[in-house]
Amino acid sequence: MDRFLWTSGLLEINETLVIQQRGVRIYDGEEKMKFDTGTLLLSTHRLIWRDQKNHECCMAIPLSQIVFIEEQAAGIGKSAKIVVHLHPAPPNKEPGPFQSSKNSYIKLSFREHGQIEFYRRLSEEMTQRRWETMPVSQSLQTNRRPQSGRIRAVGIVGIERKLEEKRKETDKNISEAFEDLSKLMIKAKEMVELSKSIANKIKEKQGDITEDETIRFKSYLLSMGIANPVTRETYGSGTQYHMQLAKQLVGILQVPLEERGGIMSLTEVYCLVNRARGMELLSPEDLVNACKMLDALKLPLRLRVFDSGVMVIELQSHKEEEMLASALETVSEKGSLTSEEFAKLVGMSVLLAKERLLLAEKMGHLCRDDSVEGLRFYPNLFMTQS
Amino acid sequence: MAMSFEWPWQYRFPPFFTLQPNVDTRQKQLAAWCSLVLSFCRLHKQSSMTVMEAQESPLFNNVKLQRKLPVESIQIVLEELRKKGNLEWLDKNKSSFLIMWRRPEEWGKLIYQWVSRSGQNNSVFTLYELTNGEDTEDEEFHGLDEATLLRALQALQQEHKAEIITVGDGRGVKFF
Repeated sequence: MDRFLWTSGLLEINETLVIQQRGVRIYDGEEKMKFDTGTLLLSTHRLIWRDQKNHECCMAIPLSQIVFIEEQAAGIGKSAKIVVHLHPAPPNKEPGPFQSSKNSYIKLSFREHGQIEFYRRLSEEMTQRRWETMPVSQSLQTNRRPQSGRIRAVGIVGIERKLEEKRKETDKNISEAFEDLSKLMIKAKEMVELSKSIANKIKEKQGDITEDETIRFKSYLLSMGIANPVTRETYGSGTQYHMQLAKQLVGILQVPLEERGGIMSLTEVYCLVNRARGMELLSPEDLVNACKMLDALKLPLRLRVFDSGVMVIELQSHKEEEMLASALETVSEKGSLTSEEFAKLVGMSVLLAKERLLLAEKMGHLCRDDSVEGLRFYPNLFMTQS
Repeated sequence: MAMSFEWPWQYRFPPFFTLQPNVDTRQKQLAAWCSLVLSFCRLHKQSSMTVMEAQESPLFNNVKLQRKLPVESIQIVLEELRKKGNLEWLDKNKSSFLIMWRRPEEWGKLIYQWVSRSGQNNSVFTLYELTNGEDTEDEEFHGLDEATLLRALQALQQEHKAEIITVGDGRGVKFF
């Protein structure tokens, strides 16, 4: 919370507004602040928050202070949030609402929605880093808060610029590292050292892992495409990616499911989905993880695992147990059926036909005849006949 | 008793020859098998059998239907019969068994009832007299095999209603 600077809220030359959103509250770490209703503005250079009731109360964080951002989905009675992890405040930072803070992150709560688009735009700005290529004039740093009467020190701008250059240098280093694989190994080595030191600290329970180390570690993980472990804990077994994927699956699978009687094996789903995607194919693992979230997200599909281990996707409206009555009828009509014969009659895949017959057996409607001729199912006369 | 054996409907039902995985179904299936084994052995006056014989016997092998109860399942049926008191293994290897369509206790009761009815308590009989004597011609236990008879008498002995004794060079029983 101490990374904020007071500001007039006016944009500078070369600074453009990207998006704004009303109804945003700020949290210092997990604590609610008195800054509870404001307009949040995203520019190419900064994140600005202005109190809706008192326009003079206006503060900003330069985007360069942001390490990385996360989304936190809405819950019951809770608005969606964006968590913004920040670098430590530079030593000669301009005055702001707080001199110090124990937290290295803030949360922005979108009480009037708009979080999804804002997050998207903020992510874009973080990627493009336009503030580096479009320097703004000195007055960006001006403290215009009337009551405090502080004087802007000239040297601060110079220090800011130096920090800027250092960051550019680091970025350049990273780019160079990628050019040559051996250089990449060196960079990787740093990360390995860091993770070793953290692992050791955990093992020996010596000292605390510093805030800074944690942030660095998390951002390394994210840049490698490993979802933030904190996120995984927040959402249980899923991640943001799997949640989005689950929602996508509903769109792709609704119609095919209805065409196939409301149920499909997971392998059929895998083929169908990847054929539909064309590129950026899904791994089986990602598909399974996304499907595991279907029920939790209250989507109209669900994942079901039969006793045999076969996994299927069903429409929520599909009731396999009700199918059993008609399965029994079909078998009774023909006297007895194998899975293949049943599948052909009903127009199902043999795998799902077998599962249905096995379920009917489990429920006591059918019994089996297992011989060299194969496995056949009969109506369960043991129960129905005296 | 009619010599033509009437097979139960299950005998013509192929699933009868597959041990059912569903527990409730299996219970019914095994009960039907036990009943079939006992009535078959009763009609054919078969009081003992080996497992090998059983496998090939029409009892477990329906040639017309082309179905046989596998030997592991036969073992399970026999174990059920043993638990119910209708079967006793004759050897340690469980290769041959005694099959009693009535449990020894039930036979004992019938015999003792006849003894009491005919006022013959405190009499002594040879085993042969009991099962083959003129006096018992109308009785159910007439013609009963010796092995089963002995066990019936042992059951009575337990209840202090009889005592197995030696009579001449054979065995007999005294009733109380």
